[in-house]
Amino acid sequence: MTDQAATRTGAADAIPQARLDLIPLALPVALAGLAFLLIGTPTTWLTLTLAALAMGMMIFVIASGLTLVFGLMDVINFGHGAFIAVGAYLAMTVLGPLAPLVQADSLMLNLAALALAALVATFGAGALGLAFERVVIRPVYGQHLKQILITMGGLIIAEQLLHAIFGGDQKAMALPTAFRGAIVVGDLAFEKFRLLAVAIGLVVFLAMQLTLNRTRIGLLIRAGVENSEMVEALGYRIRRLFVGVFAAGSALAGLGGVLWALYRETFTAAIGSEVMVLVFIVIIIGGLGSVGGCFLGAILVAMMANYTAFLAPKVALASSILLMVAILMWRPQGLYPVAKR
Amino acid sequence: MAEPLLSLEGVHTHIGQYHILQGVSFAVPEGGMTVLLGRNGAGKTTALRTIMGLWKPSAGVLRFAGAAIGGMATPEIARAGIAYVPESMAVFSDLTVAENITLAARSGPPDPARLDWIFSFFPAMKRFWHAPAGVLSGGQKQMLAISRAIVEKRRLILVDEPTKGLAPAIIEGMIGAFRELKRETTILLVEQNFRFAASLGDNVAVMDDGRIVHAGAMAALAADEAMQTRLLGLSLDSHQ
Ligand SMILES: Nc1ncnc2c1ncn2[C@@H]1O[C@H](COP(=O)(O)OP(=O)(O)O)[C@@H](O)[C@H]1O
Ligand SMILES: [Mg+2]
Repeated sequence: MTDQAATRTGAADAIPQARLDLIPLALPVALAGLAFLLIGTPTTWLTLTLAALAMGMMIFVIASGLTLVFGLMDVINFGHGAFIAVGAYLAMTVLGPLAPLVQADSLMLNLAALALAALVATFGAGALGLAFERVVIRPVYGQHLKQILITMGGLIIAEQLLHAIFGGDQKAMALPTAFRGAIVVGDLAFEKFRLLAVAIGLVVFLAMQLTLNRTRIGLLIRAGVENSEMVEALGYRIRRLFVGVFAAGSALAGLGGVLWALYRETFTAAIGSEVMVLVFIVIIIGGLGSVGGCFLGAILVAMMANYTAFLAPKVALASSILLMVAILMWRPQGLYPVAKR
Repeated sequence: MAEPLLSLEGVHTHIGQYHILQGVSFAVPEGGMTVLLGRNGAGKTTALRTIMGLWKPSAGVLRFAGAAIGGMATPEIARAGIAYVPESMAVFSDLTVAENITLAARSGPPDPARLDWIFSFFPAMKRFWHAPAGVLSGGQKQMLAISRAIVEKRRLILVDEPTKGLAPAIIEGMIGAFRELKRETTILLVEQNFRFAASLGDNVAVMDDGRIVHAGAMAALAADEAMQTRLLGLSLDSHQ
């Protein structure tokens, strides 16, 4: 219908275009360039940059749902880390009996094992998200202080339950054979798992952009992030939309948990809490409710973390916070502020 | 006499601890335009939001097309056949004009003939079809907000101060558009611009301090300057 109308729109007058805000896109390029000058060795820089992109994509996968959940219903969910942990444990549970596939010297078998583990983790975390929304989130709509307290409580309970079920020891998560080591091109080494993580992150990002821009549900989500009341006044039940987004966001956090555990190759029930500090920094930097901002923020935070870990290990942890402060001084609402009623 | 399309009887609305609507009663007959007048802060917007279910009435009865809508959720009220053009317009600025209008058509892609009809009085909507709503001028945003409300036929359209902040030439255009709309549906219009309201309205209700202080035919009010002064000009003193 849009195309039909487009052909009818023959007017010669200039149509106002959205000001495409490209300045934030220059930030990762500038940061990478600066790091290149400071690091000096191109191979080291490339390794760190690929590590940063992989880490950034994983954080994006985890954070994207959380930023939409906030944008749509102003819900602050500190329990999001629980879905990361659940994803990691579910994947471990699936991969255990599949050890022969994981260790086989066959890309197909390795991928099959990984795909099954990721599928179970994603759907498991999504289902848990549905329950979490109903039991933990729903009673505290519109009450921010209670939301913070009760979602933190939910996270602690989830972590303790995982301890009780799986034991409190550190778990090992072996990378499948095909994803160990690096692809070497000349003197350049590209770690295989990092490439995989980047690919998965990009696929999630593109799928999300397509959904948000090309489907009716996606339009409703974008409209709802801007003005949920008006979406309701048009006759749509924003609650259902929110529950769907919450479950999808939890599912993605589960997928992110699998990737993160494989990346680290070891984890405990605290895996969620570890990542969540970075996740919150990322969604604040990006602009709460903005998926594009979240994507860019994740790359920036991961670059900062990887470059400073090499250049100045002592300030590595503080670097993300410094980055956030700097960006918020420039744009107090984040890189891509979402228009709110 | 036929039952009115919409009626409010003794409606009270609290916002937090504030008692805003204090027993509002009026009716909107089917067809034509009913205008709700009153000074700033009289409670007109609150009345529309209460009809839409965006505020919950604390007492009283609201009926629409024979059904009690007082306790219903906003999406259900919209689906019963009421469209809303809020005072803030609430266009989705991140979405294009096309996307804004497409979302408002709940039952599928907008009917091309219907769109042409809308373009006939709001040609800017056609010109800016692919533009993001955020870059439209104030008047164009108002046109978009109204287009959204009429892209599918609804039984009642609530419009809150559509002329606010608009240039006189654009207001003239709005009068033409509303004349056209009045022919197919019922409109409840909130206005401050009396000339605009008088040139369109069939019935009128005047609010002050959360109550209805006058209701009747628009022609009678338009012809009676003393009554206008009493109700609108010096409405602060009108019932004290
Ligand atoms: N969200 C709100 N919180 C508190 N008071 C409000 C709110 N909205 C409106 N009011 C108060 O309710 C009264 C009626 O407001 P409103 O319905 O917007 O009037 P009108 O549309 O007639 O100008 C005003 O005194 C206003 O200050
Ligand atoms: Mg008002």
